[in-house]
Amino acid sequence: MKKIITLALAAIISLTALTSCGSSGKTVSTDGSTSMEKVIGALGESFMNANSGVTFTYNPTGSGSGIKAVQEGRCDIGLASRHLKPAEVESGLTETVLAYDGIAIIVNLENPVSDLDVETIAKIFTGEITNWSEIGGNDAEIVLIGREAGSGTRDGFESITGTEDACQYRQELTSTGDVITAVSQNPGAIGYASVASVKDTVKALTVGGVAPSNETILDGTYVIQRPFVLVTKADAELSAAAKAFFDYALSNEAHELINAAGVVPASN
Amino acid sequence: MKKKNNNIIERIIHGIFLLLGLVTIGCVLLITVYLVISGIPAIREIGLTEFLFGDTWASTAEEPLYGILPFILTSIYGTAGAILIGVPIGFLTAVYLAKMAPKKVKTVMGQAVSMLAGIPSVVYGLVGMMVLVPGIRELFNVPDGASLFSAIIVLAIMILPSIIKMSVTALEAVPKEYEDASLALGATPEETYFRVSVPAARSGIAAAVVLGVGRAIGEAMAVMMVAGNAANMPDSLFQSVRFLTTAVASEMSYSSGLQRQALFSIALVLFLFIMMINVVLNYFLKGEKK
Repeated sequence: MKKIITLALAAIISLTALTSCGSSGKTVSTDGSTSMEKVIGALGESFMNANSGVTFTYNPTGSGSGIKAVQEGRCDIGLASRHLKPAEVESGLTETVLAYDGIAIIVNLENPVSDLDVETIAKIFTGEITNWSEIGGNDAEIVLIGREAGSGTRDGFESITGTEDACQYRQELTSTGDVITAVSQNPGAIGYASVASVKDTVKALTVGGVAPSNETILDGTYVIQRPFVLVTKADAELSAAAKAFFDYALSNEAHELINAAGVVPASN
Repeated sequence: MKKKNNNIIERIIHGIFLLLGLVTIGCVLLITVYLVISGIPAIREIGLTEFLFGDTWASTAEEPLYGILPFILTSIYGTAGAILIGVPIGFLTAVYLAKMAPKKVKTVMGQAVSMLAGIPSVVYGLVGMMVLVPGIRELFNVPDGASLFSAIIVLAIMILPSIIKMSVTALEAVPKEYEDASLALGATPEETYFRVSVPAARSGIAAAVVLGVGRAIGEAMAVMMVAGNAANMPDSLFQSVRFLTTAVASEMSYSSGLQRQALFSIALVLFLFIMMINVVLNYFLKGEKK
């Protein structure tokens, strides 16, 4: 009796190996920026609801890693929260701007400072200003939280504030969510994260008096912003499912979802 | 006739087992060869002294620098710190569990240790990030708690279960006659444990320490969340540091060209470190057996 049961269980388990043969390859795989999680999550979910039988996947690995994934053919569409570099374009990739996202400069909720201009922010991050009391806050050391070197958020922040290669980070974390968590736990911390991901666990500063919102991002008065781009291979065709998702994401129907996720759609 | 058939079957089974054993050796060889081949080009291009003893790592800067001394020192200090804290606690706990604990306490503690062993390293990192890092910040009045010190604490807790379990096994394997003889000669139980049982279980305890060192030096996920990951030289306990493992893990996914090869070289250095530690510790074990 025991033997029969064991054999039956083994047979059932080995059937699961065949499940992958059933799905007829209708998957759309995206890989890249952690800042785009909300937008892509919303778009992917509604795409799957509209097209049953298609599986949409998103792998949050960071902009640099997403671009690499497209280059190596490991995913259909790469997600980056920055423009492609010339070297990346030359290697055969094209970018299509999906939306514009503001980068919020975040501080702990207990921090009395609520407005800084871009030059002061640059000085803070390069280590020229080291104590909050120098800019109207408490007497505490400023703790700089940033992202890893391949991050689109870091690239956008450093290029706009002019601090490439000069930032003295205390912590280099690997996702937007981790930065928000770290800042929310340390009263002396300052960091940067996608506006779309900021909830009320941290406070977003106004930059030069301008608060990040859809209007200020669109008309450019909130200066610290960067594009969300979809990266694809220039010379290869996307699969039918991937192309359907690509067109859907750029269509006018998607604008409502993109706005709801807190970013500004590009194709207006 | 029957005897001949049995012989052939024996040989076949013998052959199958030999093959399976060779698979293991094959895997180790494959990894070693791959690491050496992938890691040598970057070392050649950067220069061995510049790579091993350079104190700045700036792989994505305009003028990239590939000195990994900060990572090597951090890994050494981190492992040493974890061993300094973990081994005494683990060893003494093992002595208590194996020799002195009443049965009920022993079962409960034993189960707790087993559970500790089963916790994934990501969970350690998460708890470290949410509880330990702010705690250290408040306790020691430092600007930020993510530092070498938090990594050492997390690593020490992670290696405790391995050390305790193996030491308990080794201590319980000491023949009762040794202890009985010692007690009969008039030694107190404590004297017996520390002067007779422990030396007799020496090789098992040393093996436990080797296991602990191996786990500590190879840990990437947990330390990535609590150590801060800035490529600094570990001058102070409360500074943000990056380990050899974290250096590879955090940049591998988007690296290319010389940066990627340099990461393979870091992996090769890590591999050689672990080999060296194993050889040295085994040498001490064998030396003592004389």
